[in-house]
Amino acid sequence: MGVNPHADTGESPAVALRDAVALISDFPALAGLDLTVDRGEIVMLTGPNGAGKTTLLRVCAGLAPLARGDGLVMGSDVTTEREQVRRSVGMVAHSNGLYDELTVQENLEFWGSLIGAGDDEVHQAMSMMGLDGRLASVLVRGLSAGQRRRTAFAILVVRRAGLWLLDEPHAGLDSNARDEVDNILRQASASGATVMLSSHELDRAQKLATREVRLAGGVVVGDGR
Amino acid sequence: MSSPSRLQVARVVFAKDVRIERRSKVLTSQIMPFAVVTLVLFAFALDGDVILQRTAPGLVWLAMLFSSMIIVQRSFALETADGALDALRVAGADMSAVFWGKCFALVIQLLVLELVLLAGAIVMYGIELRGSGVVLLVTSSISATCGLSAVSTIYAGLASGVRGRESLLPLLVLPVASPVLIGATRAAEAAFGTGGTVVSEGWPWLGVLSVFAVVFGFGGSLAFGPLIDD
Repeated sequence: MGVNPHADTGESPAVALRDAVALISDFPALAGLDLTVDRGEIVMLTGPNGAGKTTLLRVCAGLAPLARGDGLVMGSDVTTEREQVRRSVGMVAHSNGLYDELTVQENLEFWGSLIGAGDDEVHQAMSMMGLDGRLASVLVRGLSAGQRRRTAFAILVVRRAGLWLLDEPHAGLDSNARDEVDNILRQASASGATVMLSSHELDRAQKLATREVRLAGGVVVGDGR
Repeated sequence: MSSPSRLQVARVVFAKDVRIERRSKVLTSQIMPFAVVTLVLFAFALDGDVILQRTAPGLVWLAMLFSSMIIVQRSFALETADGALDALRVAGADMSAVFWGKCFALVIQLLVLELVLLAGAIVMYGIELRGSGVVLLVTSSISATCGLSAVSTIYAGLASGVRGRESLLPLLVLPVASPVLIGATRAAEAAFGTGGTVVSEGWPWLGVLSVFAVVFGFGGSLAFGPLIDD
């Protein structure tokens, strides 16, 4: 069973950035970065702190603007078609985007309602992530870190995100939960979704990824499959 | 899967905020007691029935303003605690609809708080509501609440991504909301007849409050998305 049966399977690259410059308080967090990511890839971003990994993910999510350069994400321009970009991607950063006082199911229903997803899609996503049954009616504040992360991924499924942007998806999780995350991401990729993740779990991420892109100083300094 | 309309998104956000408030009971267990304690402290500070009755409308609205800051902070803390505001942006949610949903959830909470404060003022300060002033009091309170909610939602969104937002928000909102304080107080004075005022003196203030609510409501719905993005 695929995680994302509705992933966009268009022919254009999932991400195509050329000479991308993004500023964080006048500092060029991305300094002329060139990167192309094909659909279905699992791309691991590595590099030291301040290399530009998080900014790159935020640019791809339509959250950080480009000060210079061009960028297409899932076929939409990151500068002029920001809304389309946002609708086609999903991002899980250090936070999960959940409401503590709502149950797992209520959270999924809320996020599904914003895009017109029906109850069937919500239940399907919960089932895929192992969140059905007793967990569905548990308040999010009562979940473990791993269960919260699974709920966040379930939202990406409900939202039919074709590009998953994950900033440190293993952070704060125990070994079992990390394995769960890896399995979910492999399923997502097998279903046609593209995954870009940054992680400090290098060994784990290298086993998971189909490609490693190394950043330093806001540019790509290494690219290997 | 068809995209929901702006009204549907606003309704979903409204229902989410109201559900969270009903579940957490922050309004009833923390904010209402704070507001009532404020009324009590005003009574201690201005000991004397005549002064209290003369100033009661202003004291009620001052307590309302201070308490509303806590409600607004809470409303946006929900969105920032686990990155939901960023998630709303990435989800491509219509931020104008998000504004209306959050604004009306605030209106409901503030109206409930107003009822408690007015009841508290009637009991503690000994003011009396004239029958002829009821319509003015209700309409001016609703208008003032809508205006206060709109301006608070705008600035809370603006401050949501800023460090020190807890202290910044009152600094931003209270000066801008001063016409609400003045208008609502004058209208309430006319409704209660304090200081020898008559009901007819309150109607122009209802107009001021209504214009304020409309301007900040529609202005906020246009500006909210860009403000959040920037």
